[in-house]
Amino acid sequence: MTAPLAPTPRVATRRRASLLRSVLRQPLGAVALAVIALFVIVAIIGPWIVPGDAYTAHLDAILLPPGPDHILGTDPSGRDVLSRLIIATRSSMLGAAIALVVAAAIGISTGLIAGYYRGWFESVFSYGASLFLALPSMVVLLAARSVIGPNLWWAMVIFGVIVSPAFYRLTFATVAGVRHELYVDAARTSGLSDVRIVGRHILSVVRAPVIIQAAGIAGVAIGIQAGLEFLGMGDAKLITWGGMLNDGFQAIYRQPWLLAWPTLALVLISVALTLVANTLRDVLERSSSARRSRSSEQAPAVYTIPAGTALSVRDLEVAYGDDKAKQAVVVRNVSFDVAPGEVLGLVGESGSGKTQTAFAILDVLPGGGRITAGCVALAGKVTTQAERAHERGRSVAYIPQEPMSNLDPSYTIGAQLTKPMRKCAKMTKTEANANALRLLNRVGIANPERVMGLYPHQVSGGMAQRVLIAGAIATEPDVLIADEPTTALDVTVQAEVLDLLRDLQAEFGMAMVIVTHNFGVVADICDRVAVMQDGSIVETGDVESVFDHPQHPYTRELLGAILDDASVRELPSPTTTNGVLS
Amino acid sequence: MGRFIARRILAGISLLFVITSAAYFLLYLSGGDVARNLLGPTASDAQVAAKATELGLDQPLLNRYWDWLSGALTGDFGTSWASRAPVTELLSGRVAVTLTIVVAAVIVSGIGAVVLGSLASSRGGWVDRTIQVASLVGAAVPGFLIAMVLVLVVAINLGWFEPTGYINPSTSITGWLSTAVLPITALAVAGVAGVTQQVRGSMLDERRKDYVRTLECRGLSSRTITYQHVLRNASGPALNVLALMFVAMLGGAVVVEQVFSIPGLGKLTVTSTLSSDVPVIMGIVVVTVVLVVILNLLIDLLQAWLNPKVRLS
Repeated sequence: MTAPLAPTPRVATRRRASLLRSVLRQPLGAVALAVIALFVIVAIIGPWIVPGDAYTAHLDAILLPPGPDHILGTDPSGRDVLSRLIIATRSSMLGAAIALVVAAAIGISTGLIAGYYRGWFESVFSYGASLFLALPSMVVLLAARSVIGPNLWWAMVIFGVIVSPAFYRLTFATVAGVRHELYVDAARTSGLSDVRIVGRHILSVVRAPVIIQAAGIAGVAIGIQAGLEFLGMGDAKLITWGGMLNDGFQAIYRQPWLLAWPTLALVLISVALTLVANTLRDVLERSSSARRSRSSEQAPAVYTIPAGTALSVRDLEVAYGDDKAKQAVVVRNVSFDVAPGEVLGLVGESGSGKTQTAFAILDVLPGGGRITAGCVALAGKVTTQAERAHERGRSVAYIPQEPMSNLDPSYTIGAQLTKPMRKCAKMTKTEANANALRLLNRVGIANPERVMGLYPHQVSGGMAQRVLIAGAIATEPDVLIADEPTTALDVTVQAEVLDLLRDLQAEFGMAMVIVTHNFGVVADICDRVAVMQDGSIVETGDVESVFDHPQHPYTRELLGAILDDASVRELPSPTTTNGVLS
Repeated sequence: MGRFIARRILAGISLLFVITSAAYFLLYLSGGDVARNLLGPTASDAQVAAKATELGLDQPLLNRYWDWLSGALTGDFGTSWASRAPVTELLSGRVAVTLTIVVAAVIVSGIGAVVLGSLASSRGGWVDRTIQVASLVGAAVPGFLIAMVLVLVVAINLGWFEPTGYINPSTSITGWLSTAVLPITALAVAGVAGVTQQVRGSMLDERRKDYVRTLECRGLSSRTITYQHVLRNASGPALNVLALMFVAMLGGAVVVEQVFSIPGLGKLTVTSTLSSDVPVIMGIVVVTVVLVVILNLLIDLLQAWLNPKVRLS
């Protein structure tokens, strides 16, 4: 099974080498790898470097404290503790290796087969995995010990079988995920055999998660092995850390230090293995920061904001990354004003910075993003970050692009609509309910009572978008930011939602910013338009004059592409933006 | 919802049946000459044959399996080879002891993980890093080592708790606490650590989702969003890890009970293993799997309550 599955060697070594290098670059990862290497070396050369007698009892040297003859002292039988510790390393490492090989061989092969062929392979193997996962391995090992006797190696083989679902599930999920990727389909249609496809395209995807899992399982194997031996279930002829713990525990009142050394060895190797796994995961996923970095308040530059604007943006700059030298600027020098009752279209391609500008106004930039220069003014007054956060859901509201992913799947639509009303507008439950019904009615939902009790996955995309619009206008905001509000909807629904937005905007006299890539939307609803490219506004003006006399070549290009951009979508993630910029 | 529960119960029963049957055949087939092992090498062949007849080992395996299964369905798991006592009697007093400790450890793990995981994912910075390192170390160190350190430091040196023994909570709650806090802690460290990592990870994933931004834009405070929306949606994977932790703790309890000399299932497992007392071991396997099946069912119900998609499909 292994030979044909082996990936192309040249690629494999290069990748593995770079992975190793990136782990070594992390200080914790390097230390942990060094510890593991040390244990492996000791396991190999142990018998040749022992300083004293690990095996024979010396009744004249029982429980000696650490000293020049016995660096770590002696145990209750007068044997040298350091020597025993060194000798025991081999059986621990070998036991872990056996468990790992068995678990990986079973788990990876069944996972590959089940993930690649699905069908009854999947049913049978997944059922088997769920059986093993329901069994505490210690109980199984003891049950096995009761019939096959004390044998560490068999115990580790059995443990390998019991933990193989860990590899199975991982491999299965990964393979099932990439099975229908285009490159795998392409390989299949080009006539490659299944074995070649698995070896070349699929095994390379599961390799990294398998290594991470292996480090974790090795740690657990070493721990459970020590537990067995501590219980006195191990092979009495072998020197093991668990056996030493048992000796030490018997003498806990006389010489508590005896417990310390095998404990230290076990903790060191277990923690080192986990740290390596964790470093690998961090390196591979590159996501260890927990919270979006908050902007340090920008220097209070003096901006003159014309009186009577609902929203003004001045010299706005948005950047990602904490490091000043390496940060990616995705919006620069953006300035515009929106008067009450006016609709501004923010137009551009994917990655032009239009959504980032909208998020900056709302103070909801994703992780790592922040305003690095400029200001946002609401109702003619320059705001701080905290003030903008406070105005969200009060005077400023937001309508998102994808209606489905913007509703919390766990709460009913009614609960999601009324909760902000009760928290922000301090309505009672009955008031909030009545208000929600009124709003749902207003946005054109036929049976509001029923819809209030539904969960997001029970309604259509168009209805979900109407719900989100109802939520946005709940507090009668002065400024409404709509991020591609119709892009994700069916063509028939798009026009209705756009009509609804236009009506609501007129009814409440809101200032509105519509982020879009679609000049049709601009023509339909906007008074003015700002065209963005590479994070800057390249042209701004009344809709008619921009349509009739586009000044900037990029605007002309966009207008020329109206006919074939119907299906273009934008992803609001910073990586796309960076990709376009760099 | 009724169908959902019925399906889960059926799956649990099938799991129980398959595992115990497999265990029965594996234990009796791989045992070799059981009567000889029990009596030792000095016994005569006649003695061994008599022992085999006494234990019913001369009957065909399938017949014995059928007898065992029909007995087990009525709660009769046979008699112990070592003590000749009914297995059910041996198990009954001990299951409660182990279950009390393990369930307490599961509850501590769940609560601790929610607190630490949401703290780590929402605070970031040094709070996050400290919790991450602590949970890595906590998950890596075997529970019985923690148990021994607790005995040595907290019980023997500081004298805060009893180093060994067990007092039933029905006898004295304070007595129970004085004997149970350390074993529960020893088991819960790995539980808290493992589930914290999962809670932190899924909350970070959940926090990046679109609906969080929309809720922020509706004016909800970050506290409300974190605890009522992000945590709730992140709880599914965390509960799955908690269920796995329960299984691991049932195994870990074997060693931890040995460290604290607690008369639970673990202690019984160790003595029956040493005496190759297969009927008792079969009883322990059945009880363990029943406990796991029940806990998984409870977790499924909790999932369904938290996640309408599970409930309504």
